[in-house]
Amino acid sequence: MKQNLIGALCAIVIMGGAFAQTPKKPVAKPAAQTAPAVEAKDAATIEFEKFRAEMEDSNPAELFEMKGEEQWKTKRGPKNVALAESCDLGLGIGKVQGAYVKMPRYFADADAVMDAERRIVWCMVEKQGFKFDDIAKKPFANANFTPDITNLVTYVASHSRNMKIAVPLKEPKVREAWEIGKEIAAYRAGPYDFSCNTCHGTDGKRIRMQNLPNLSTPAGAMKGVQGWPGYRMTGGVMLTHQWRMGDCFRQQRFPEPKYASDAVAYLLTYMIGNANGQVYKGPGIKR
Amino acid sequence: MKNNILPAAMATLLLIALPAAAEGDYRAKAIAVIKKDFQPRGQASIDRLAEDGLQAVCNRTGNKPPEGVGKAMEADQLANVKYPADGKLMGDWKAGEKLAQSGRGFTWSDKPGLPVGGNCYNCHQISPKETSFGTIGPSLYQFLKLRGTQPDIQKYVYSKIYNAKAYNLCSDMPRFGHISALGEKQIKDLVALLLDPESPANK
Amino acid sequence: MADPMKIRATMKGDVAEIRILMAHPMETGQRKDAAGNAVPPHFIQTMTVEVGGKKVVEGHVGTSVSRNPVFGFKMKGAKVGDKVVVNWVDNKGDKRTDEAAIA
Repeated sequence: MKQNLIGALCAIVIMGGAFAQTPKKPVAKPAAQTAPAVEAKDAATIEFEKFRAEMEDSNPAELFEMKGEEQWKTKRGPKNVALAESCDLGLGIGKVQGAYVKMPRYFADADAVMDAERRIVWCMVEKQGFKFDDIAKKPFANANFTPDITNLVTYVASHSRNMKIAVPLKEPKVREAWEIGKEIAAYRAGPYDFSCNTCHGTDGKRIRMQNLPNLSTPAGAMKGVQGWPGYRMTGGVMLTHQWRMGDCFRQQRFPEPKYASDAVAYLLTYMIGNANGQVYKGPGIKR
Repeated sequence: MKNNILPAAMATLLLIALPAAAEGDYRAKAIAVIKKDFQPRGQASIDRLAEDGLQAVCNRTGNKPPEGVGKAMEADQLANVKYPADGKLMGDWKAGEKLAQSGRGFTWSDKPGLPVGGNCYNCHQISPKETSFGTIGPSLYQFLKLRGTQPDIQKYVYSKIYNAKAYNLCSDMPRFGHISALGEKQIKDLVALLLDPESPANK
Repeated sequence: MADPMKIRATMKGDVAEIRILMAHPMETGQRKDAAGNAVPPHFIQTMTVEVGGKKVVEGHVGTSVSRNPVFGFKMKGAKVGDKVVVNWVDNKGDKRTDEAAIA
């Protein structure tokens, strides 16, 4: 085997023989055959978007905002302290207005770049005395259960409604997080050789009927960011951006990213940072 | 992944060929963060995070390897394709269509040992009756009409499904046969889905 | 007591637009949990809406309505400041009443 390879290298001979070299781009002809299906896709997309616009007007996410508000303002945990009187989301203790769109950011007291969910968890642990492992054991919602952290993230996110995404990319630690996140997004591994970019690195792609935003561009990144946290009508669950990162890796055939870790924070810095300057409409709704 | 097929000679060539990049620092940091911040779950073990030779080359070259290296590695992938012993490459298109519809397998929520799906409709159009298809890969509708007359087309389709990287080193398409996601019978059925004149893909 | 509803009521000209978001699992009794056991039925059976002291909607809800129902309607004859009172009762006898003023 080794000799064959070295032989091939020295000769730099393109493997000829029985196989025609496959063109990397599809032959132009199939365009005509796919045309009717492309129209159907556009019509379907239009219908989905109409439905979503209607649902956005009365988004069940608001129910979770209400719960989150109660949890933010109530004294809780072993230290019997309210997040409203102890948690700094980057704009001052207790200040929620506009905080969600300015994360991820670097927090000196934690010496880490943190996305919103990670920061709120940090506050629950450091200020209220909850145990991280208890939160990390069941961090995401299912049909029967919505964790406190999900309600809190929804509440905080709702207070950035109609504000521009403003991840502080000029700060060196945030910049570095963005760069590392970009590399993580490009990293192909696992049995299927998938990276984030395999699905999210090009314009105009979809998997089955699910459009895949190109997270490396401003417009695509905004499509990816808008909608999180989001109420998923299938199953009636409230889900966060942190949840989505994990579920992507599951579909990539990777192992699981640790909850509220650097890896997730850096990826979120990359994709949310790419959406900078665009308006966030608040918690979203999904089918 | 286990099969590191990057021999020393090629690795040396590659290191000479690639410019030293500042990005290398971030890539190294990213790899360190990935190793630290992932945990095994279900059948998704930690060793999945280690790049095999092909993934390393594609990752380090932005999926655009230098031509000589790319061609040589493609040849190597092709040389490892295992064809059916009985020489028959076409199976049952009906089974192929069912298989193409299934996206299961290899995730941490999949039960190990259950049959793995072809995943085909996630990325490709195939039968015109199936309107829920992806566009990550090219349309395979009317495959027989468009490609059927190419020499050894059955062998091409079989080997492409077995290991798409044999034809395009950094292709987005998984190496279904190479990782034993799909076995001989499954691949034959998918070949039939594309090349059997009775298959809906060709109607 | 069950989780609160969210009521949005605004005047658009002489028409009141009222939207109600109800928090309820709306279990049909058909769904199976992870262990394979059927989740018992738990759903809103009746609801009423009063506007400005008058009952305007009397609804029979049931298992065909999904989790966290959204209910919206328009009406004439209401004005800014009128109280909208929503009440529901479910099959377990649990109930919830919330109110909001038309803005």
